[in-house]
Amino acid sequence: MSISLIDAKASEIIDAIKTKKISALEVTEFFLKRANELNPKLNAFISIDSDCVEQAKLIDKKISMGEPVGKLAGLPIGVKDLLCVKDQITTAASKMLANFKSPYSSTVVDKLLAEDAVILGKTNLDEFAMGSSNETSYFGNVKNPWNEDYVPGGSSGGSAAAVAARMCPVAIGTDTGGSIRQPANFCGIVGLKPTYGRVSRYGVIAFASSLDQVGPMASYVEDCALVLEVISGSDEMDSSSVEQPVAEYSKANLGSKKLNIALPKQYFSEALSAEVREKLQLAIESLKEDGHKFNEVDLPLTEYAISTYYLIACSEASSNLARYDGVRYGHRTNEVSNLESLYVKSRSEAFGPEVKRRLMLGTYALSSGYYDAYFEKACKLRAKLQKEFLKVFETNDLILSPVTTDTAFKIGERVSDPLQMYLNDILTISTNLAGLPAMSVPIGFSGNKMPIGAQLIAKAFGESEMLSFAELLQSKKIHKGEQPNVF
Amino acid sequence: MSSSRYETVIGIEVHVQLNTKTKLFCACSTEFSSSDNNNICPVCTGMPGALPVMNKKVIELASRTGLALNCRINQNSQFSRKNYFYPDSPKAYQISQYDLPICEEGYLDVRQTDGSVKRIGITRAHIEEDAGKSSHHGTYSLINFNRTCVPLLEIVSEPDMRSPSEAAEYVRTLRSVVQYLGVCDGNLEEGSMRADCNVSIRPKGQEDFGTKVELKNINSFRFIEKAIAYEVSRQTDLYDNGDQDQIVQETRLYDADKNKTYSMRTKEDAHDYRYFPEPDLMNLVVPDEMLSVLKAKQVELAFDKAERFKLEYGITEQDALLLVQQREMAEYFEEVAIKTKEPKLSANWISTELMRVLKELKIDIKDFSVSAQDLSDLLVLLSAKKINAKIAKLVFEEMISTGKPAKDIVEAKGLVQDDDPNSVAKFIDQVIESNPEQVEQYRSGKEKVFNFFLGQTMRLSKGKANPDLVSELLKEKLSK
Repeated sequence: MSISLIDAKASEIIDAIKTKKISALEVTEFFLKRANELNPKLNAFISIDSDCVEQAKLIDKKISMGEPVGKLAGLPIGVKDLLCVKDQITTAASKMLANFKSPYSSTVVDKLLAEDAVILGKTNLDEFAMGSSNETSYFGNVKNPWNEDYVPGGSSGGSAAAVAARMCPVAIGTDTGGSIRQPANFCGIVGLKPTYGRVSRYGVIAFASSLDQVGPMASYVEDCALVLEVISGSDEMDSSSVEQPVAEYSKANLGSKKLNIALPKQYFSEALSAEVREKLQLAIESLKEDGHKFNEVDLPLTEYAISTYYLIACSEASSNLARYDGVRYGHRTNEVSNLESLYVKSRSEAFGPEVKRRLMLGTYALSSGYYDAYFEKACKLRAKLQKEFLKVFETNDLILSPVTTDTAFKIGERVSDPLQMYLNDILTISTNLAGLPAMSVPIGFSGNKMPIGAQLIAKAFGESEMLSFAELLQSKKIHKGEQPNVF
Repeated sequence: MSSSRYETVIGIEVHVQLNTKTKLFCACSTEFSSSDNNNICPVCTGMPGALPVMNKKVIELASRTGLALNCRINQNSQFSRKNYFYPDSPKAYQISQYDLPICEEGYLDVRQTDGSVKRIGITRAHIEEDAGKSSHHGTYSLINFNRTCVPLLEIVSEPDMRSPSEAAEYVRTLRSVVQYLGVCDGNLEEGSMRADCNVSIRPKGQEDFGTKVELKNINSFRFIEKAIAYEVSRQTDLYDNGDQDQIVQETRLYDADKNKTYSMRTKEDAHDYRYFPEPDLMNLVVPDEMLSVLKAKQVELAFDKAERFKLEYGITEQDALLLVQQREMAEYFEEVAIKTKEPKLSANWISTELMRVLKELKIDIKDFSVSAQDLSDLLVLLSAKKINAKIAKLVFEEMISTGKPAKDIVEAKGLVQDDDPNSVAKFIDQVIESNPEQVEQYRSGKEKVFNFFLGQTMRLSKGKANPDLVSELLKEKLSK
């Protein structure tokens, strides 16, 4: 083998395959073996698809015949088990869909396959993407590769852990309130949530339709850029996807441009841990030396973001998850006496406590007599919050902030306190409410050797500039030399 | 009669199935399929992750209907989710329009049976998706999703109707409108048009409405009248007995076999539908250009057409109203009227001969084999007295069975009218000769026998003799 698969960039792997330095089959077998070995320990995958070697063989055949191959030729990818893949079990990490075989594929999966990626398996997540620690999965919690006593974050915890442990070089996650960025941050990888409407949601099991967005998670910024380039674009199957040309994200370059970076006061509050603050400060100092300008800005509505977010997300979820009724597919109770018992028992038996909590909350917020006070008010606040961001971007190119107030917490530490768990999202949810692109980039480690990342937020469809700046942040190699325990 | 003390108040919600090739939010066919779950996909069966995408044709059809109903078209309307659990609703919510429907504040002028015209207010018309169909088989039930997501336009009237017959006329007129527009086939029996009637009564002079009851499951015009009449009498009895508080807001089903209504659910079991804006769909926009094009291309509706026919062609009101009942029939008539330049003859022929034939053959004018051109050719022969009326009817029958043009049939069978007095006189002489008894009767003053001679002569001429000439010559010869 002429390439170190354990730390190679996606583009290096793809080049090596295309130039026959290594076969797609060898690459796939390498990651399959590693995924199978590490999964009992980390539980990052719900299912690993050994048959994906067939796809690798097809790509090798194309290459040997001199046929053109796609942009992701032979690149193994883990896909969050919230995205439908035709004829495969898609569980959403719920008992409800534990045996659900999807009759169709999500647009994102179709696009990955069209560019000759290899879908290695389906990664673990919080049940229906509801959670910030991957502890609500029906298939058990995922462990953080840096320290198995810690959570990997959530809800895309399986994807983050899989990439951090190099079970796959790249993974797909979804982000409704921070579900890509927070686990990327906890696991020391790069995670990007695109602008709302940038990537199709078709075939992605809905949590909160107006907030959900699919995005890449990878070891390197440029890997995220490459995958984003492939999965982006308007989709006639998703009306909320936006007709906006897809930039060549993988070629995004800052050049000599100097940026104005906003630092929102509210994101650097008292709640921020000393270690996270210190690492961010180091990054900021270094970037200042490169000539970038930092400006403190005000986002006063941040304090209302959590309540606004949970009202909107849970309201939409209460309607989105109503289709899981035990009638056509999914879990159906054995104790049916009438139609109502079919509904009540099937749903009671198959949804976990966190899902139930959010469905109750959302149903309540939409009920007659409460709609105006809760849901509608939240929508108004959301509109104001969007304006607040627009104002910041009038004079700034990007926002830089922490991703979370602290590094990963221990498994079990916050399970009994949902409110504390929800507060974990405070620095990431506003961007979902505003529909803005944002990403998490590793910048260092805490004293207990847990990863620390920085969050970048850009204006709508500002992914190119955000990626090129993230590249710069990454090039500082602040975390050089650290490796997860599992290596 | 006690009912005269009360006034009936009726408002109607009509669901119209919009005539599109594909469903409202997916590419599945809307065509009727004899096999269950044949026209379905992940979207219309509520699969995890599936998303709705608006069928743009529906925007046009809904806007055209709104314009015909004199509505304001909201160029920016919104979809909402109506949440409720039911097996035939695969997403457990129906995508409908709530706060911001596409059409609002219109009216429909309805011609009553006595000839007067009443204006019925249209509150709104909104787009929504249809549900599937459950069937129950003892210990199990089956669901057919072919109909889920089929586009519907729900047209909601003001409570402006005051009698069962007004209600039926309103629905009839509405059906004529959607049929003229071609947005719906308007078939009540097959469910492409469904009417739910809200019925209440109140003592005459009382301003407040009484408690309304919603009647569902009415699938014919006759049943609309019967169901409302039953409901009015039920409510009247309750009022008469001082039990008006027993009239509760509820949904009642009409049982046509028993001509009764039954309570299906009361307001207490009414759902809280938790409407909220559908996040998977953008606002529905009717662009300026589209609206102005649609406004410019508005279709002439039945009553306007009837008025014009009366004025332009001088036909009777009765014929005009009969001819405009169906757009295709009205167009057929107009083509024949123009081609023959004989509008009265055309109206007469179409409303009697042609309609009789259609009824006998149980077919629609759309499927009729004789084109307007063919019929015009026949009527031109008739009006030019090339053939007589009796022969014309025979030729018409022949045209239907053989598909041949009138001229060919007339020529091939030598059916051209016999206008030659010598030839006709020969037939008459023959008849008079062989019926001396009848001649005697006629001459002794029994003039009724004249028709006998007329018939005999026509028969002898195989129907070809010019009847006017026969009559003239007969009188002459018999009086000798």
